[in-house]
Parts: sequence; C-alpha cells; structure tokens
Amino acid sequence: MSKTLVEKIWDAHVVKSEEGFPDILYIDTHLIHEVTSPQAFDGLRKRGLPVLRPKQTVATADHNVPTLNQLLPIKEELSRYQVDMLTKNCSEFGVELYGLGHPFQGIVHVIGPELGITLPGKTMVCGDSHTSTHGAFGAIAFGIGTSQVEQVFATQCLLQSKPKTMKIEVNGELGQGVGAKDIILYIIAKISAAGGTGYFIEYAGSAIEALSMEARMTICNMSIEMGARGGLIAPDQTTFDYIKGREFAPAGEEWDKALAYWKTLYSDADAKFDSVLTFDAKDIAPMITYGTNPGMGMGIQEHIPATGAQPEKEKLSYQKALDYMGFDDDSSLIGKPVDYVFIGSCTNSRIEDLREVADFVKDKRKADNVTVWIVPGSKQVEQQAKNEGLDKIFEAAGFQLREPGCSACLGMNEDKIPAGKYCVSTSNRNFEGRQGQNARTLLASPLTAAAAAVTGKITDVRDLLKR
Amino acid sequence: MKKFTKLTSAVVPLNIENIDTDQIIPARFLKATTREGFGENLFRDWRYENDNQPKADFVMNNPTYSGKVLVAGKNFGCGSSREHAAWAIQDAGFDAVISSFFADIFKGNALNNGLLPIQVSEEFLSQIFKAVDNNPKSALEVDLENQTVTIVETGAQESFEINPYKKSCLINGYDDIDFILNQKKLIEEFEEGRG
Repeated sequence: MSKTLVEKIWDAHVVKSEEGFPDILYIDTHLIHEVTSPQAFDGLRKRGLPVLRPKQTVATADHNVPTLNQLLPIKEELSRYQVDMLTKNCSEFGVELYGLGHPFQGIVHVIGPELGITLPGKTMVCGDSHTSTHGAFGAIAFGIGTSQVEQVFATQCLLQSKPKTMKIEVNGELGQGVGAKDIILYIIAKISAAGGTGYFIEYAGSAIEALSMEARMTICNMSIEMGARGGLIAPDQTTFDYIKGREFAPAGEEWDKALAYWKTLYSDADAKFDSVLTFDAKDIAPMITYGTNPGMGMGIQEHIPATGAQPEKEKLSYQKALDYMGFDDDSSLIGKPVDYVFIGSCTNSRIEDLREVADFVKDKRKADNVTVWIVPGSKQVEQQAKNEGLDKIFEAAGFQLREPGCSACLGMNEDKIPAGKYCVSTSNRNFEGRQGQNARTLLASPLTAAAAAVTGKITDVRDLLKR
Repeated sequence: MKKFTKLTSAVVPLNIENIDTDQIIPARFLKATTREGFGENLFRDWRYENDNQPKADFVMNNPTYSGKVLVAGKNFGCGSSREHAAWAIQDAGFDAVISSFFADIFKGNALNNGLLPIQVSEEFLSQIFKAVDNNPKSALEVDLENQTVTIVETGAQESFEINPYKKSCLINGYDDIDFILNQKKLIEEFEEGRG
C-alpha cells in the first residue's frame, strides 16, 4: 500500500497499535534542556526509575543562559539554579550534557543537526515546541510536555495518536530578497496560526527542494506556529551532503547502510494526504508581522488589514493585538522606526543566516537609533563565524555578536526587549510580552532584519539590494 | 494523577482568541524546578501591573467571577509546549478549560495532569459566554462519564469528544507511564527486532 513519508517513519516505530488506544511510538532520540526537564527527572526519582536509554538522550543548556560572559557564573539566581540542576540530573542519570563551556553547547535545535544527531527516518522529541525543526532531515520530530519527557525517560516511548497528514507544496522560483523565512511566514499568514492543528505537514515542491538544509530547518521550525504537530521534508542529496562527516553521523559501512534506507524515505506518488495546499513562490514577498500571533503577517509593502474586514467574532481580539503593537489598521509599516534588531533563535541563527546578514551589511553601518544583537545558535556557529571573519564585519557595522543561546527569543534570560520598544526579530513568536514585558515584536527574515538595522526603520530589503 | 468525574461550577470567562502559553505563564516564571506554585503567575501580565497591583479590568480580579471552569476563545494554548501552562491553570484552582478549539500540545499536557480540556462548538461557546454575561454566577455541569457539558440555567447541553483511553485515565487517575511500563517487554522486543 502506498504511504506518505510520515506514515513510513511512523509505522517503522510503532511498538504496539491497538484499537481505542493511542499507538506506543518508539523514540530514537530525546533532546532535553534545563527548563522542561527538572520536573521529569523528579518524577523518575519518585517512581524509583532510571532513564531507560541514556545513550539516546542528549542535553544542553540554552533557554536560561546569558549571551555575554558565559564562563562567569549566571547572575540571576533562579536561572543559575535551573542550569545547575540540569548538570546534576544529567550526572545522576548518566545523560550526556553539552553545557556552558562545552564546544558543542548551543540551542538544542541547532546542535542536533550540526552534530549529525538529527538523521532521516528518526523519531525525535524534546520538551520544546520547535522540535519540528529536525523534520528538515526527513525525521518525525515534535515538541512534548514535561509529563511526556518523563514518559520518554522511563520508557523510550510515547503514547501518541497517529496524526493526520497535510502536504504543502511551494513551486517555482523565489524573487530577489525572499528567503525561507518569508515562505513560512507567508504560509502561516495564509492558513492562520491554527490552520495546521492536528496535522503533520510535509513540505514539498520545487521551491522547497531548491533550499539548503539551513533554510529547510527555518521552514520546519515554524510548523508549530500554525498549530501543526510537526513538519518534514523528504531527504535528498542536499540532506545527505549536509550530514556526511558530521560528529555523530554514521560513517563507513554504517553510512552506506543508512544511506540505502534514507533513499526509501519519500511519500509514494499515489499516497493520500488528508489535506493538500499549493502555493506559488513568485507570489511571496519579504514578509513582516504586524500583530501578536505569527499568523498576523503580510508582504512588507502591504497595508495592515482593516479591523472592519475581520470576522465579527474576531474583531475584538484583532483590535487588541493592534492596540498592543501601537499600529493603526489599514496602514503601512514601511518607514516605521525600530529600536532593536534581534538576529538569532532556533529559527535563524545558523551559519548561513549569519553569512547572509554579513554579506548584506558589509561596508554598511547600523542606524544610530537601533541596538543590534546577533546571537549565534551554537558554539560551533560562533566559531565558524569567527573563522570566516564575519565577526569583523559585524563589529564594523556596529552589530553586537554575542554568545550562543535562546537569547531575546523568549524573555527568560538576561536578553530582553524593553517595554514599548519595537524589535524586528528573526525569531518565531510575536506574542504579547514574548521578548520582554510589553515588548513589541515584528517577525521577519534575517535580510529584512538587517535592512531595518541599517536604515533604523522598517524597510523593503529589495530597495537596498543591487539589481 | 488527579481524578476527574463530574463537576458543577460557575465559570471564569475569557473571551479572547489565540491565547498562547506565553500569556498563560510568561517565560520568566518558568524557572522553578517543581510543579507547584505556578498559579499565582497565571496570566501574569494581563492580571497584574508592573508594580504587582491587580489590573481591575481583568476577569480574574473581578470578584463577580469565580469557579473551577475557565472558558476561553478558540485556539487556546497555542505556542510553546510548556506544561507549566497546564500546571498554572490547575494550581489557580481550575479543573476544566472550555474552548471551541485547543492547540494540540496544550491539550495533551492538560490531559496528562487531570485538567479536562473540553472542546465545544463555536455556537455553544457563544451560548456559554452569553449566559455568563446575563448572570455571572451561571453554572456549568460537566459530566465526563457521559461526555456532556450543560448550561444549568438554560438546560442547553452539548456532548464533547475525548479519546476513550484518556477518559479512563482521568476517571481512574492513572497516567501514561503506568500504562507503558506494563508493556516494557514489547519495547525490548522492538529494540531487539531492529538490531
């Protein structure tokens, strides 16, 4: 019987399937971090259980870490305690930890792929909704809650109902100044912040196939922002080339065996999806969000939709969002002054993102009214950026290159956007207060963020690119 | 895990759509390493001013409204996977949340903690909001066994869906780990089978 890619991987991991019950799904790799794991470790202690497969579990510290002077003790007491607790728990339960100071430390969804831990055909989970990132390699990867973290610790399995499948095809060629972040913000704006709920999404089509692995990760990363359980892309030569030679990737005979399997990982031509959507790459412009959920996005030249045009029941929530942002409906954002630019997060902090920004800002300088933070996704990305001299370019432009972590994506560590300030951010969420109490977030691509940094206002990056 | 069978209670209405888990419990309050105490920071930035004074216009600060059922607009619990959101709602005294649509991860987290997420139709949700508008003490009756929710005053009733396995977990107060641990032999066989 023909199957979708999700079904192929899912079926290969079902330990038990019984009518009326969720499937028992085997989990190949469990990634953990300091925020969503302590209560799960505590649960194991209470039950007197070990971590069943510690070697299939990998830990890092990312959400709470400072991005300056990382080798000094963390100033904030509760953050320090939580990070210390992770160290203690990992040591007690025999889990490998890439903590602060380790050359592999970084955002959990950046280090998995770059270390060759993320592989096609795997099932991967993490107590973090952006686990969908790993789907870029053709893996089933999704975020879970802490009770489920404990479940995977104890059993290496999860009780999960098989998700519905959706295919989103993007065909054709992207225009100048338009990248992966614009594709995904465009899709979310089209189908809304809840449009993917209940589904596992497979991204396909010529525009997706043409993307690099970094760009594919940006797309899959934001699947959760339309409510989807996860998103994936069938592995191809681009995937295999990226994985080969990485720290924990299979090598030698193991590589050949793995590759042969990976090449079977695609949706069969006549496989049935529960839903199929098709978009044309040429319709996508550089995107920007104007509201307080990622579905409130538009092409940068467009006007914010009128409140009057919203469905009656949604008008109140819609107007509340615009009030929070301090924007008028039916107005353009072009030329609006910004205070901060944040380039980082599990969505856009990989070496390719930093290269793109560096290439754009070379011989330019940031506007005086803007503070610019560039936060690499991992120690390896940071090192690579320095090896390539990107740090010098950023310094000359007045951009601050910091140390790896989740940083200003979530207002949990020291990096917060002050109340009322506008931040053009390459992260994934523009929720109220997400980047700091009463901070106002405008989500955009690294290029659009860099353009705002240079001009000090919302700018169509296409106006600044050489034609 | 906390058991759930039947409940009759007034409600706390929050007629806002797309309430994300960052609103339910902002990230800066996720630093605790136990499950307790998150309730005081539930809806923190909607509920309190920066100087910790309660905001008078927020429903939880209005003594007219109380109860064990939170009623909210569609796509409740979207965003971050933080289970702290479910813990905070429960810790603040709620046993059930009603919406016309729940985000997947939140729904799973709630069920795993004995907090019942009840998905009703848009129409029924409007009826609930209307009933509470007319009479803030208007009560709902939730019956998990029969999978129904009733507006006591009007008698209007709707049934809701729940996975039968999850339903039995809630009624009996057992969790997924208890269930899977019983299948440990199968897990080991599965691992051996893959070499």
